[in-house]
Amino acid sequence: MEFFVAQIITGLANASSLFLVACGLSLIFGVTRIVNFAHGSLYMLGAYIGYTFMQVLPGGLGFWSSILLAGLSVGVIGVLVEMLVLRPVYKAPELFQLVATFGVILVIQDIALIVFGPEDLLGPRAPGLRGVIRVMGEPIPKYDITLLVITPIVALTLWYLITQTRVGVLVRAATQDREMVSALGVNQAWLFTGVFGLGSALAGLGGALQLPKGGADLLMDFHILAPVFVVVVIGGMGSLPGAYLAAVIISVLNVFAVTYLPQSTLVLMFIVMIVVLTIRPYGLFGREEVAGEHGQVGEPERPIKPASARMQLLASGLILLLAMMPFYTASFSLVFTTDVLIFCLFAASLHFLLGLGGLVSFGHAAYYGGGAYVAALLVTHVNTPMELAFLLAPLGAGIAALAIGWVCLRLTGVYFAMLTLAFAQLLWSLVFQWGEVTGGDDGLVNIWPSEWLKPTIIYYYLTLLFCVGGILLLRHIAHSPFGYALRAARDSQRQAESTGIDTRKIQLLAFGFAGFMGGLAGALFVFSKGSVFPNELEIARSFDALIVVFLGGVKTLAGGVAGGVFFKGIEDILIKFEYWRLVMGLLIIFVVILAPEGIVGSLRKGAERLNLIKSRHM
Amino acid sequence: MKHKSIIKALTAAVLIMSAPLAVVAQDTIKIGEINHYKRMAAFAGPYKNGIELAIEEVNASGGVLGKPLEFIFRDDQGKPGEAVKIAEELMTREGTVMLTGTILSNVGLAISSFAGEKGYVYLASEPLADSIVWSAGNPYTFRLRASTFMQAAMLAEAAAKTDAKKFATIAPNYAYGKDAVAAFKKNLLKLKPDVEFVAEQWPGVFKIDAGAEVQALERAKPDAIYNVTFGPDLAKFVREGGDRGLFDGRQVYGLLSGEPEYLDPLGAEAPEGWTVTGYPWYDLPSGPGADFVTTYQSRWDDYPRIGSLVGYMTVQSIVAALNRAGSTETEAIRSAFEDLPVNTPVGDIIFRASDHQSTMGAYVGSTTLRDGKGVMINWEYKNGADYLPSDEEVAKMRPSK
Repeated sequence: MEFFVAQIITGLANASSLFLVACGLSLIFGVTRIVNFAHGSLYMLGAYIGYTFMQVLPGGLGFWSSILLAGLSVGVIGVLVEMLVLRPVYKAPELFQLVATFGVILVIQDIALIVFGPEDLLGPRAPGLRGVIRVMGEPIPKYDITLLVITPIVALTLWYLITQTRVGVLVRAATQDREMVSALGVNQAWLFTGVFGLGSALAGLGGALQLPKGGADLLMDFHILAPVFVVVVIGGMGSLPGAYLAAVIISVLNVFAVTYLPQSTLVLMFIVMIVVLTIRPYGLFGREEVAGEHGQVGEPERPIKPASARMQLLASGLILLLAMMPFYTASFSLVFTTDVLIFCLFAASLHFLLGLGGLVSFGHAAYYGGGAYVAALLVTHVNTPMELAFLLAPLGAGIAALAIGWVCLRLTGVYFAMLTLAFAQLLWSLVFQWGEVTGGDDGLVNIWPSEWLKPTIIYYYLTLLFCVGGILLLRHIAHSPFGYALRAARDSQRQAESTGIDTRKIQLLAFGFAGFMGGLAGALFVFSKGSVFPNELEIARSFDALIVVFLGGVKTLAGGVAGGVFFKGIEDILIKFEYWRLVMGLLIIFVVILAPEGIVGSLRKGAERLNLIKSRHM
Repeated sequence: MKHKSIIKALTAAVLIMSAPLAVVAQDTIKIGEINHYKRMAAFAGPYKNGIELAIEEVNASGGVLGKPLEFIFRDDQGKPGEAVKIAEELMTREGTVMLTGTILSNVGLAISSFAGEKGYVYLASEPLADSIVWSAGNPYTFRLRASTFMQAAMLAEAAAKTDAKKFATIAPNYAYGKDAVAAFKKNLLKLKPDVEFVAEQWPGVFKIDAGAEVQALERAKPDAIYNVTFGPDLAKFVREGGDRGLFDGRQVYGLLSGEPEYLDPLGAEAPEGWTVTGYPWYDLPSGPGADFVTTYQSRWDDYPRIGSLVGYMTVQSIVAALNRAGSTETEAIRSAFEDLPVNTPVGDIIFRASDHQSTMGAYVGSTTLRDGKGVMINWEYKNGADYLPSDEEVAKMRPSK
């Protein structure tokens, strides 16, 4: 019993930072509909800034004012980010802002490295709160007890702010209906800025408060991200009590898991998330999203048309140019182009889902990495000939996508996106954990193509064939009856249903097909590199594709491919410089602001404005 | 109009790709060094300093094979796929004669597999995974640093000398942690078969829930604890464990915990009385080890970390191999590495022909606080050769070919 109580207290103390960071994220999403990927970076900044203040401000007063100052500073940083980076892109398609927040992550990573140095910082102790007190004989650190008190105070303050004050009323109103609030004369821009600042300040506070239990390091931004998203989603996006309850559930369950199932630490929270979302699709306290809120903000999508004869000619010329590459460039250029082509196919497969299906998947790496692993596992464990493994890989990924899609498609919008992320993470943890079969993070090595495919040139042609073929197929399907049905389901599910389209079946098939093509890219990847590691299933890999698709332009057919080429090309050049992440981040932000419809979309618009091409408005 | 922009983008890409090959100036010998300079800046920085110091020394005394030595440093972002691409670029476009680098085991394994396939020599400088030279070993890959198995065996030897019977382990939940626990168990049970393992904790790497882990370990009431956590996890574990009295009256064995990279961030809260592997650069007796520390400090105005030493020894090993090979041909370098003796700050080491592992050892000692900082005392340098399996045993572990 004593042990049980001690465990619960530990769990509640752990919930503290998690709750603060999560409720900030939830608040921001609730009002602005921005999925702020940079929230982990704000948390990291809170830790570093708090640490810095604590070095100069002495004593207990200094310690606690440092924490408040860290929260305030990060709040100010949040306000700046909102005004400089996000405000210009509110009109852009929904979720486009997340690309901007990804740029912010990169920028903050390098700035933190420059300002605070590469070494981990050990968090200072809270003065007077060192050591333990005994609760029923079990030792509990005093600071844990302090956290137990602070968190409900912050939560109650927030609750008061939201439910009892005028600002709170406006925030809640904006959460429900943004347009109505601005129609009633509320300055929506400042409301957004304020909420973003508040959410950021909470993240900063969370970062500074955990200092006595840990410290500050440069990897903490990504490490907090997954748990925070899980908490927000389980609680219900936009719900503060939900975030609190979810943070407590996750933290307490984790403490018990550590004791009774020590191996489960990686998978636990994703399983909880999947279970919760299966029973309550919008989280514990979340509300169903208002229909039409997603995918259709900004300019309406243009109907797509097959390429004109001139374009087809140009595209053929380009493919010919690629096909001739071995005759005019060196071997390494082929290796690089192989990488780019594979990435483009991966991006195009996500673009198919996102652009045509309106299904935002945050976990597309599951199929890319999944395909790679299917091939690698077949080769490693059952000595499958490479050719067969190569063909089975996309099939495996496609089947996985069908299964995952079947569960996820019960949800829509951001909940759908988050559930796909959870499944991708679940797959990642399985691969990471199940070392006997998958090699864990030491991966599977020596997965090489058959002798006849080994030469760089031959493999290049194989990649070219499958990638160009795959991309053309994806494009072709957009113009097929299936593509039309898919777009109909995206634009208006009800109308599509009434014309006899089984939208769920169509979307599920699209999900499976996108997974299949992602798996094909993964299979090409694994045989070109000779090895595969869980990195290929990570959140970061899913983000890569997501960013490329948005950057290229969701509402254009070529967006995924153009974004892929742009991103890979720039990356290859920038990475040779010391602070390439900073430059890359700024560049992404710059592109986002300058070309809110993506590269392809904005180029097209620019060309129309200059009358270089004729406008295709219906 | 979608096509136009694809074309623009693709044309740009083609232009980038078909840029004229950098004219390879053949007056230096180039080595490709791939690392996670950004992702693991605290480790890669001192490592790079060690390399640069050694290069300066080599070139000041006439270079190697009559030419200056040059390293080309490239960042792989910690991504194995990226590292493989860079490896290819270095070997085919930059004109490097061999590859080295990496801290993360998975990136090391990716390069190693690639090097084996393409026939490029790769010296894995820092990655610790046992499989690099054993189950996934290949003729072209060599490894410098003392592996997980070797360092765990050193600690097991120390643990066997005490009367502790009940052991608990805590290790990050990934390959390095699992290997480290398996090696410790295997070696300890061999030396002391009546030892019992009463708890195994597996926190996610850099995701430790230290309070809960400490409670779980305490509950098992072990006599001794074997710790494999490192970095921010170690800091949290030490803090919670100290507060909650987990370490009182227990022996603790910490893999790598004595390395400055991990011990120094703990400052005055560094644990006392742990038996650890590490690098006591501050107390080395006069000789090559201390000379390296002095030179390093005057060159960089900073003290060396274990990474600095490994970086320095990486260059020494490569230079020795090139001199012995007498050429920059891959096959010559490869065979020169086999049974290659190298004179280093830690003494003479040899790259074993049987499994391509060097006999570089590690310092084992116990921790204490000195001037508000954790240091190692009563340490001893353990020769890696004494902790490696025999040639026959490794032959069974390595893939036949």
